[in-house]
Amino acid sequence: MSALFEVRGLNKNFGGLTVTNNVSLSMTTGDRVALIGPNGAGKTTFVNLVTGHLKPTSGDIRLAGQDITGANATSRVRMGLVRSFQVTRLFYDMTPEEHVALAVLQREKRSGRVMGHYAGMPEVMDEVREILELLGLVELSHLKVREIAYGQQRLLEIALAMALRPKVLLLDEPAAGVPQSETARIEHALDKLPSDLAVLMIEHDMDLVFRFAKRVIVLAAGTIIFDGSPKAVTQDARVREAYLGSYANASSAA
Amino acid sequence: MAVSMNDSVTAGLPVRRKFDTGSLIGLVAIIVIGVAGYFLFPNNLALLTRIIAIMLLVLSIDLVTGYCGVATLGHAALFGAGAYGAGIAAVHFGITEPLTMTVVGAIAGALAGLISGIVILRAHGLPQLVLSIAVIHLFHEAANKASAWTGGSDGLAGIAPDALLGMFQFDLWGRTAYIYGLVLLIVVFLGLRVLVRSPFGMLARGAREDPIRISAMGASVKSVLLRMYVISGVVAGIGGALTAISTQVVGLDSLSFTLSAESLVMLVLGGTGSLYGAMIGTVVFMWFEDLVSAANPFHWLTMVGALLIAVVLFAPKGLYGSGAVILGRFKGGRK
Ligand SMILES: Nc1ncnc2c1ncn2[C@@H]1O[C@H](COP(=O)(O)OP(=O)(O)OP(=O)(O)O)[C@@H](O)[C@H]1O
Ligand SMILES: [Mg+2]
Repeated sequence: MSALFEVRGLNKNFGGLTVTNNVSLSMTTGDRVALIGPNGAGKTTFVNLVTGHLKPTSGDIRLAGQDITGANATSRVRMGLVRSFQVTRLFYDMTPEEHVALAVLQREKRSGRVMGHYAGMPEVMDEVREILELLGLVELSHLKVREIAYGQQRLLEIALAMALRPKVLLLDEPAAGVPQSETARIEHALDKLPSDLAVLMIEHDMDLVFRFAKRVIVLAAGTIIFDGSPKAVTQDARVREAYLGSYANASSAA
Repeated sequence: MAVSMNDSVTAGLPVRRKFDTGSLIGLVAIIVIGVAGYFLFPNNLALLTRIIAIMLLVLSIDLVTGYCGVATLGHAALFGAGAYGAGIAAVHFGITEPLTMTVVGAIAGALAGLISGIVILRAHGLPQLVLSIAVIHLFHEAANKASAWTGGSDGLAGIAPDALLGMFQFDLWGRTAYIYGLVLLIVVFLGLRVLVRSPFGMLARGAREDPIRISAMGASVKSVLLRMYVISGVVAGIGGALTAISTQVVGLDSLSFTLSAESLVMLVLGGTGSLYGAMIGTVVFMWFEDLVSAANPFHWLTMVGALLIAVVLFAPKGLYGSGAVILGRFKGGRK
């Protein structure tokens, strides 16, 4: 059986700096993986590389058995490899409803239509409503994104990813910048992700990591130093060492 | 906090009104102002028709600049292509039926939009601007060289359109041409209202604000922009065809850098990113130009410059954009 998503020997240098060093990993349907590591470890770079936002120096990437190393960013998304952003990327003059509608229309290959309005497309509206309800954004659906709180914008990031119905979802710190009091809503949203979806989540909040992940991968200075169960990660000597200096109390969360 | 002034918000997702009131207001405004112009300035219909033609060009720039964020100083290429397309069809191919000439102009504009789009969209920022200038110069030079078809620097004369719908001759006072222009403007305005609210319109707005987000949704930003360029070519081409039909001559100035730059200025003056801004900017600029150049033929450019500086300094979103902001504050939040 071949993996749904597989990365082999991925490398990336920025000038002399090696940011991704021989990274290999694979994921299958339904996986819940957390990718952790100190600041600057290369986690976001990894996402940028596999989604086609950056070109790797070497290595290859496969999705559902197909080599996508040469594919551009948009076709990777269409093939089912979707990401969210560490720093929210939204359209500030559009409403949450418009965002989700645009994502649904795009997935359905109807975003090129020059006539009609999504509000007049009942199937689209039903799905938009469903997704907004799932994430508790219905009340805000007609406010401009600039008028809603950052925590709600983070939820909308997840909503957009869901609307694209990916096979593999890479979430870059979905709870970053969200007040502690609101992380529960993010977690709730993560619980609602389809069970057959393979999810890789980058996260610094160890509580969230341990509740979410069945498997933890630790990246330090561009290299994978650990890939195993959440239980084992806290006991691993190299992981402790990597975290010393950045946040020495990483294990206190366990 | 979130549920404030909007009663429809409390009801969850409301059913949107089928009819778009913004379009209705715009439509009524265009008709009222258009008809008023007809009766108030019966001796100036040629200028009013010219304003409408340039308005179509400015709307066309707004599509790529205002809605998609592509800066261009070469957009007259699309307008001029429409003008020469309609003119050449009439002079060399005997296609003198005005509606057909307009369609030919629209197609020629679309082609020019495709070609300039392919070239200009290869770059970003300043290099993009430079490419757009190169494009307009190349178009200009091509039209100049192909004088057998275009009349070169003498212009393409002898365009004699048939009566509109077989009934209305293009008269000496330019009444038919003006009314035809007004009808074209209304059709284009309504078409663009539909376009900017459509899924594609949303995609284009998104591509301007955050191309990376758009590509993370699986849409190709470049193909969005190129399609918009072609659509904007249709609009500018119709404007060009209107010039050819109404003045019955096409000159190289319709393919000039000056026209490209001036029309971009008109857009900035009115405010980018809204159809009303484009239209208001055109009227104000051309009316001001006409007024000032008559009053003081030597210093009119200085006056236009002063007007521009005033607008950029005191109303950076343009006349319409800033007006809308002030009005919005007045009402304590719009919508
Ligand atoms: N475009 C770039 N050019 C040069 N260096 C870069 C570039 N992007 C990232 N880097 C460097 O690569 C390293 C890894 O960055 P990356 O953003 O992937 O880290 P991260 O693990 O996501 O960190 P964080 O937890 O802070 O988000 C950092 O040292 C960063 O400065
Ligand atoms: Mg990061």
